[in-house]
Formats: sequence, C-alpha cells, structure tokens
Amino acid sequence: MNIIITSIDYILNRARANSLWPLTFATSCCGIEMMQTVASDNDIARFGSEIFRGSPRQADLLICAGTITHKMAPALLRLYEQMPEPKYVIAMGACTCGGGMFAETSYSVVKGIDKIIPVDIYLPMCPPKPESLIDAIRKLQDDIKKESILKRKDFLDAHCSRLTEYKGMLVEEDFVVTKLGVK
Amino acid sequence: MNYLYFLYIEFLAKHNIPKIFGDITFYVIPACIIFVALILVILVLVLFERKLLGWFTQRKGPNRVGFWGVLQTLADAFKLLCKENITPIGADRAVFNLAPIIMFLPVLIALGLIPFSSEFTFMNFQTNVLIYVILATFPVLSILLAGWASNNKYSLIGGVRNVAQILAYELPISFTVLSVIVLASSMNLTQITLAQSNQYGVLGWYWFPCIIGFGLMLICTLAELNRCPFDLPEAESELIAGYNTEYSGMRFALFYLSEYGMLFANSLFISVLFLGGYLSPFGKYLSPILFSGPVGNILIYFEQAFWLFAKSFLIIFIFIWVRATLPRLASFDLLKFSWNILLPLSIVNLLLMSLLKFFVGGVYA
Ligand code: SF4
Repeated sequence: MNIIITSIDYILNRARANSLWPLTFATSCCGIEMMQTVASDNDIARFGSEIFRGSPRQADLLICAGTITHKMAPALLRLYEQMPEPKYVIAMGACTCGGGMFAETSYSVVKGIDKIIPVDIYLPMCPPKPESLIDAIRKLQDDIKKESILKRKDFLDAHCSRLTEYKGMLVEEDFVVTKLGVK
Repeated sequence: MNYLYFLYIEFLAKHNIPKIFGDITFYVIPACIIFVALILVILVLVLFERKLLGWFTQRKGPNRVGFWGVLQTLADAFKLLCKENITPIGADRAVFNLAPIIMFLPVLIALGLIPFSSEFTFMNFQTNVLIYVILATFPVLSILLAGWASNNKYSLIGGVRNVAQILAYELPISFTVLSVIVLASSMNLTQITLAQSNQYGVLGWYWFPCIIGFGLMLICTLAELNRCPFDLPEAESELIAGYNTEYSGMRFALFYLSEYGMLFANSLFISVLFLGGYLSPFGKYLSPILFSGPVGNILIYFEQAFWLFAKSFLIIFIFIWVRATLPRLASFDLLKFSWNILLPLSIVNLLLMSLLKFFVGGVYA
C-alpha cells in the first residue's frame, strides 16, 4: 500500500512542482523584478513556470509582487479564492511580508498579506533580485516534493484564506468579497 | 488503403482468424493509431513551441524535467489532470461541461481525412477537401458555447470576437482552397498530392505557381487557429484569458489540447495542398535505395509519413516564428485587413490560377 501511495506522491508532486503557472499579479515595484525574472537573463521558463495566466482559474502560484493596500486587499482575497486547489503563494518583497518600509508610518498598507491569505514562502528584500525569486520558487518546489496525498486534509486546512471578507479602512461598506464558485 | 487491407486479411487468414474479425478491426486500428499519434504529437508540439519561443527571445526554455526538459508537457498534463475543476455558480452547467468535448471531436475527424501516405487515408472520400474546410471551422461553435455558458463578460466577448474573426477569414481560405482545387482538378486530398508530382520536383508543388495563395493560406490559418498576431479571442492583456477564463483543470487542458491538435491538423492540410503532401522533395523515395527487397517497399509508407510530418513541422515553425515576432492587431484592424485586402487578393488569386490552368494547363495538370 505504501509503495502505491509513495509512487503516486512521487509522480504527482514532481508534476506539480515543475509546472507552477503563476498568476499575472503585480501591484507595484516588485512587479518589475518579476518581469525581469521572466526575461532572458534569469529565465524562469527553465523551471516550467513561464506560462503567466491572466485568469486565476488556471494559475497554481500567486506571486504577490508588490504593496497590498487596504483597497487592494479584497481583490487579492478574491483572486486567491478563485484559484483552484492546489494553490501556493509567494509573498515577494518586504511590503507583502510585513509592511516593509510602510510598516511604521503608513495608514493604507496591509502589514503582511498573511493576515489575509496563507503564505508558503516569504521572500523579503526591497525589492528581491530575480535570483532570489528563482530561489524562492526552488524552495517552494522542494516543499511541494515533500507533500503526500495522505496529508491532503492538513494541506487544505492550511491553505484556506484567513478571512471571508475584508473591510479595511478605505473600503466602502458595500464592497463585499463574494465566494464565487468556490465551495 | 486497399493494398494494406489485402495484406492484413492475408495475414489473418494465415493464422485461421475469420475474415469478419479483420473487416471490423481494420477500421478500428487506424483510428487508434491516429488518436495515440495525435496525443503524442501534441505533447511534442507544446514543448517544441515553448523551447522555440525561448530560443527566439534568447532564453533557454524548459530544461529541468527529464533530460533537456522533454517531460515538461507531461508534467503539465498531470498537474492539469489533478487540479480542481470549478464550475462557476452562474454558469450553464451542461453546456459549460460539453463545450471542451465538442472542441476536441472535429480535430480527430479532420486528422482522419489527411492522406498520411499513399495507402493510409482513414476516410478517403471524393470531396475530402470540402469536408476538411467545414470541419476546420467547427471549433468556433464550441468556443462560442464556452463563452456563452461561462456567464462571464470576458468569455462572452472572446467568443463573439472569435465568430467575427472566423467569418472574416473563412472566405479567403475557401477561395484559396478553390484555386488549388482548380489547379489539381480534384477535391480529393490524395489526388491533389499526386497532381503535384511531376518532373519539376519541388517547384512542381503548388506553393510555386500559387505563391499568393500560399501566403494567404498561412495568414488566414493563423487567424483561424487564434494564434498570435490574431489571438483576439484570448487576448490576455484585454480579456484575461478570453473564452476559457472560467475553465480550470482538465477542461482547460482539453481546450489547450484541441488548439494544438487543430494547429497540427491545419499545418498538415497546408502541406498537402501546397507542399506536395507525402511526396519526397528529392523526386524519388529514399527507402528502396537504402533497403533492398520487401523491407524497402514497406518502409516507403513510413517515409511518406515522415516527409508529411517534416513539412507540417516546417509550417508550425513558421507559425511559432510569427508568434515570437509580431504584436497583436486591434480588433477592428483585424476585420478590415481581411475584408479589404485578403478577400480581394484571394479572388484575384483564384482568377490567376484559372488562367494558368487554362493556358499552361499541361504543366500543372
Ligand atoms: S518591497 Fe520594496 S520594491 Fe517591493 S513593492 Fe514594496 S516598496 Fe516596492
């Protein structure tokens, strides 16, 4: 039995790890570094993740590249919920990890996206170099390769969003995050 | 097909298997071969495209899965297979699930119409070409259904755009195909292939006399396949992912597969019409020279299939090249380009080919 499970795990994890399609989601300056990662010098395609999908329905990986403001937070939450399982998140940049340079003074920035959605890999720096983004993707791949279908339940519990709706300071009262299509 | 049929029946008779069994399985086997070959070719094609796009932009392309990245598409396929399937709440469930399946069927039928070698055409009708041209427009139906059933504005715009695009580009294709039919005086793909074998070798193929038509066909097929620079139905910067915005997992993979399957089928079709189909570019086949005796005679069929595949991959290479080079057209320009330039040009081309056939008929008859 164990042999079957481990071999299924082996194939599945390797398939998942090597075809992480990211969502096109760049909210500020870190996005430029993400674009650079796709370009010639730091070719992200080597790891099979150059297919940036515009639609969250086909993406596996949310590289959150840039500052998330309170106004952007509901959109981030909705995008995350629209992604089908299994989904992974890389918090790219100091802003997304804990507010970064906006942590002390800003009234408008979410101090760490892990208040809204679960994060698999934290990648601090302002901004991270393309090499470090590739390093983050490699670390995520290593994590994925350790998954098992027996621990699927824990995985799903760890990967549901932290909030059901987000009402920040600047969000209007009637802007409700719907759970479109996800049960 | 007849020659293979007799070989097969003879082989069965030697082993005392009744003829009825042979009659049935003879048509099942090629269908299975086509299906398996199609899946394999699509897997190769996706990798081919990603590698080439990488090279065109001075990147390396996928190179981590398996040796030199050969298993990359397999990894993608497995991942898509095991991904969650989401049906949006507002969507029309039945149509939403049916659309990807409908998209895949015409590809399979279209491949059956292509003469892969002089003995292997699965469905050898007298009017192969017409059936193919009709089948090639079928994906638009499922794209429209998908766009309509998704209950999403981006999907709907993508689907409707695709209809407008196909309407505009199907006419030039029909006129170009008509000019080839005039040249070959036949509507059968095998006979069109045979009509191209003459003493001029490569220059005798129809791309040379019908060079305008060849160019038109390449452009219009790009538009029909929704590939760059005509990929308006799934324009990523405008429409998120166009008609497949709401599709995830295996249903999206089916769209993906059938798009590449259609690409392959259409490139085969172009190489049959303009590049001499399964004919060898050297005038005669190499396998009887290299292998003497019956082996060489059997190998001829494989060699013919090889030439056809090589030609179609050449055309696919051109398509990928175009995709890596040109930016996307605006929606209105796209339609204007077809109605104002391509359609008149294709009619002129048909006229020229008729004149050529009338005056110099003997050469290209
Ligand atoms: S971490 Fe720095 S570079 Fe990245 S989004 Fe924040 S401010 Fe910009």
